[in-house]
Amino acid sequence: MRFLLPLAAFIVLVGFLAVGLGLKPREIPSPLVGKPAPVFQSPRLHEPDQILSSKDNLGKVWLLNVWASWCVSCREEHPLLVELSKSGIVPIYGLNYKDKPELALQWLGQYGDPYTVSVVDPEGRIGIDYGVYGVPETYVIDKNGVIRHKQIGPVTIESLEKKILPLIKELQG
Amino acid sequence: MKPRHRKLAIIVSGVSALGIAAALVLNAFESNMVFFFSPTQVAANEAPRGKSFRIGGLVEEGSIKRQGDGVTVNFVVTDTAKVIPVVYTGILPDLFKEGKGVVAQGKLSPDGVFRADEVLAKHDENYMPPEAAGAIEQAKMQKTVMAK
Amino acid sequence: MIPELGNFSLILALLLALTQGTLPIIGAARGNLSWIALARPVVQGQFVFLAIAFGCLAYSFVNNDFSVMNVARNSNSELPAQYRFAASWGSHEGSLLLWVFMLSGWSVAVSVFSRHLPDEMVARVLGVMGLISVGFILFMLVTSNPFDRLLPAAFEGSDLNPLLQDPGMVIHPPMLYMGYVGFSVAFAFAIAALISGQMDAAWARWSRPWTTVAWVFLTIGIMLGSWWAYYELGWGGWWFWDPVENASFLPWMVGTALVHSLAVTEKRGSFKSWTVLLAISAFSLSLLGTFLVRSGVLTSVHAFATDPSRGIFILGFLVIVIGSSLLLFAWRAPKVGLGGKFDLVSRESMLLANNLLLVVAAGSVLLGTLYPLIMDSLDLGKISVGPPYFEAVFVPLMTPAIFLMGLGPLARWKQASLPELVMRLRWAFCVSMATALLMPLVMGEWKPMVSFGLLLAFWVIATIFVSIRHRLQNSGQGSVFTRLARQSRSYYSMHLAHFGIAVFIIGVTLVNGYETEKDVRMEIGSTVEMGGYTFRFTGASPVTGPNYSAMRGDIEILRNGEKIRVMQPEKRTYNASGMAMTEPAIDTGFIRDLYVALGEPLENGAWVVRVYHKPFVDWIWFGCLLMAFGGMLAVSDRRYRLKINTKPIETATEEKDGGRAPSSTRLATGGKKG
Repeated sequence: MRFLLPLAAFIVLVGFLAVGLGLKPREIPSPLVGKPAPVFQSPRLHEPDQILSSKDNLGKVWLLNVWASWCVSCREEHPLLVELSKSGIVPIYGLNYKDKPELALQWLGQYGDPYTVSVVDPEGRIGIDYGVYGVPETYVIDKNGVIRHKQIGPVTIESLEKKILPLIKELQG
Repeated sequence: MKPRHRKLAIIVSGVSALGIAAALVLNAFESNMVFFFSPTQVAANEAPRGKSFRIGGLVEEGSIKRQGDGVTVNFVVTDTAKVIPVVYTGILPDLFKEGKGVVAQGKLSPDGVFRADEVLAKHDENYMPPEAAGAIEQAKMQKTVMAK
Repeated sequence: MIPELGNFSLILALLLALTQGTLPIIGAARGNLSWIALARPVVQGQFVFLAIAFGCLAYSFVNNDFSVMNVARNSNSELPAQYRFAASWGSHEGSLLLWVFMLSGWSVAVSVFSRHLPDEMVARVLGVMGLISVGFILFMLVTSNPFDRLLPAAFEGSDLNPLLQDPGMVIHPPMLYMGYVGFSVAFAFAIAALISGQMDAAWARWSRPWTTVAWVFLTIGIMLGSWWAYYELGWGGWWFWDPVENASFLPWMVGTALVHSLAVTEKRGSFKSWTVLLAISAFSLSLLGTFLVRSGVLTSVHAFATDPSRGIFILGFLVIVIGSSLLLFAWRAPKVGLGGKFDLVSRESMLLANNLLLVVAAGSVLLGTLYPLIMDSLDLGKISVGPPYFEAVFVPLMTPAIFLMGLGPLARWKQASLPELVMRLRWAFCVSMATALLMPLVMGEWKPMVSFGLLLAFWVIATIFVSIRHRLQNSGQGSVFTRLARQSRSYYSMHLAHFGIAVFIIGVTLVNGYETEKDVRMEIGSTVEMGGYTFRFTGASPVTGPNYSAMRGDIEILRNGEKIRVMQPEKRTYNASGMAMTEPAIDTGFIRDLYVALGEPLENGAWVVRVYHKPFVDWIWFGCLLMAFGGMLAVSDRRYRLKINTKPIETATEEKDGGRAPSSTRLATGGKKG
């Protein structure tokens, strides 16, 4: 019997580790999902003298993608976003997070520009409103301006096909 | 010594070693466990007075101020809902920046200022301490609940 | 092409590992000789393919192939070549490849240095190692392939974390991994012994040198990590009880217990099931360490951005490996028997007590490490457990262990006499007590904790002297030197390692007791006094490194008004990542370190500067080195170099006893039931 003790102790340990894995903050569904998206008014990246207001997007389904030229994972998801924008399924708005405009423009020139419009958030203030804690993040926002989904980390083919595209179809429906 | 006695002696010494260890562990946990509170929880008076704890969140933009001695620093930690003024004497970690995540350990003084004796930031630029991220998520949740 | 070649080699290595993990074990069970004979060539083949894979990755890094995701994320064309090479294992994926590459290296070593072992035994051992290899290669291919492409290729890589751009970091992970992975050999031997039911003195003798080598690597790895933290993090600390540090320290503690209990099993045949359990635990904790670091379950300064699917995979792997081996243990161990008898006061009982203390200490460190996770799982709040907890638990548990460490080598196997031990050691105790009480006064201030720490250290040193003197009195004729030369290396190795512990304790005690630290604002030309030295700040100027720009401070050190040297700490900003880094300047000395780090710039060229005076801090790492040398000396002992197969395997030949042991104990009692 006593020879089973190590095994028993290990099983208890595994239990805690398994629960612990599920506790990671990135696994917590964002409390913003289902809530109105914070409103922002911010200069455009390409035309800094023009202001984009997120209210202008009411009435259509759109994606808000938080990106930066210094972010490596953004490069990873970027080809997918370019492809998505070519398909014309959904407009993608970029939130250029804590970046320098010249670097951001250069970056878009190099990897392609999937964004209908990119707005700049040099201080990360909009980011704070949206609860951004890592770049990239992508939000699906519906016709009423409500956040329906938040993708933390790069968009992948899997997340696009399983979650984001079906959701967009449903919302546009 | 007979085998049975030997076995008994081993078991007794094993159990007593475990017992002492358990006592040490419990005692050490009692006095050295540091709880984590978000600024919102601190504002709601949930954090203990006179006992060390940790807070986490973002360093508010434009809040870092250095006092005359050059070594004491004031800044504000926010979880986007509530803010806590923090004062710290010493050198801040390399990755301590405005707008970035931070975790500080220390005590709350009666005037509501958090006196930190340790400030932690992560080794990776793009990475936020999970506690800080958690605090911000929590605050959002409450904000949106209140907005309803 | 090169990355694809690497990927392909990895897949081939997986196939070979699968073969290695199945056929030889089945062959050993069925007595199929050709399947048993497969083990060695397959192991060597796997090594070749993993070497190719690793070479391909290193090639991609050195040649800046930014179409490989791993390279784009962890390297940069400005990075100096040696760090580009080291970046191969700086990332999660690369470090896994290094892990499995080293595993196959150890397997090859086993296959080469096991000619005198029965073939079935070798087949089982290599089979178990093959199964571990399967798990890790699969993990890589499924969740973290180091050769994944990034298309279109990145123009420039995002750079290796600047903290890792350091010579210490180049060799620290390989050393640590050699230790972690090395315990897989002891583990595989233990599992093979459980499967075959053949667990005797011979089994212990075979696993002993492997375990010791792994322990030596782990010791050096931990030492390098601690040293790196000291000079690179800019905080002047050398151990933080951080989860990742604990993850390497846990297998070390259990491994230390294993090294000692293997000695008992080999010489006296006792503690067999306990030894097997330790062998399983040491490797399990190595795996657990990998899990903790790689899954992001715990918050740690080292934690890299992590991915939950990886965590799930490793947890599953952990459950299969550790769960099945503990199940096997529960099934087979009751049949093992107890082995040689021993008295309550004997070397065995002291070693057992030490073992117990080490394991209990490891358990409490594990508990402290996982406690935040447990609290969080049970929704009892977010907490952190800091160094005070670990110190409050660890020191009291280690104190009796250190005391026994002095006693053990003088006690006889089987039955020792307490009054005789007291007689022999009373002078050692008095001398160490007197030195411990007086020494702090020399340092300037008497502190009880310093005295206490020194007492433990001097006790160990004094008992080593007593042991050697006693041994010499009982080793026949001749001059002191011929008698010294007559002692075995394993005898000296034990004392050398124990002496290392003493040196380590002295370092820790004195640096904790007498270090001074100041964070000060320094104008140009202003001075700070500390530890009899004057630090004068003469300004900071910009410098440019290969991939960073920095502000370099000039601080003159004066002693009695005379300039000794100039220290140049830096505050760097790395070009690619924009990350700031403090690079302290350290003046290393035999009895003290001077440590200066730049904080933040103030107006008029003034800086916040952190200054430390750290007495005896280098003794900490020197002590670790001595321990490692002790281990190496033990492995180089004569009996491992001789062809052991000419001797009967049942008897232990070397007697590490205090000397006049009754002749009956000279016969090993391995295999006897208690």
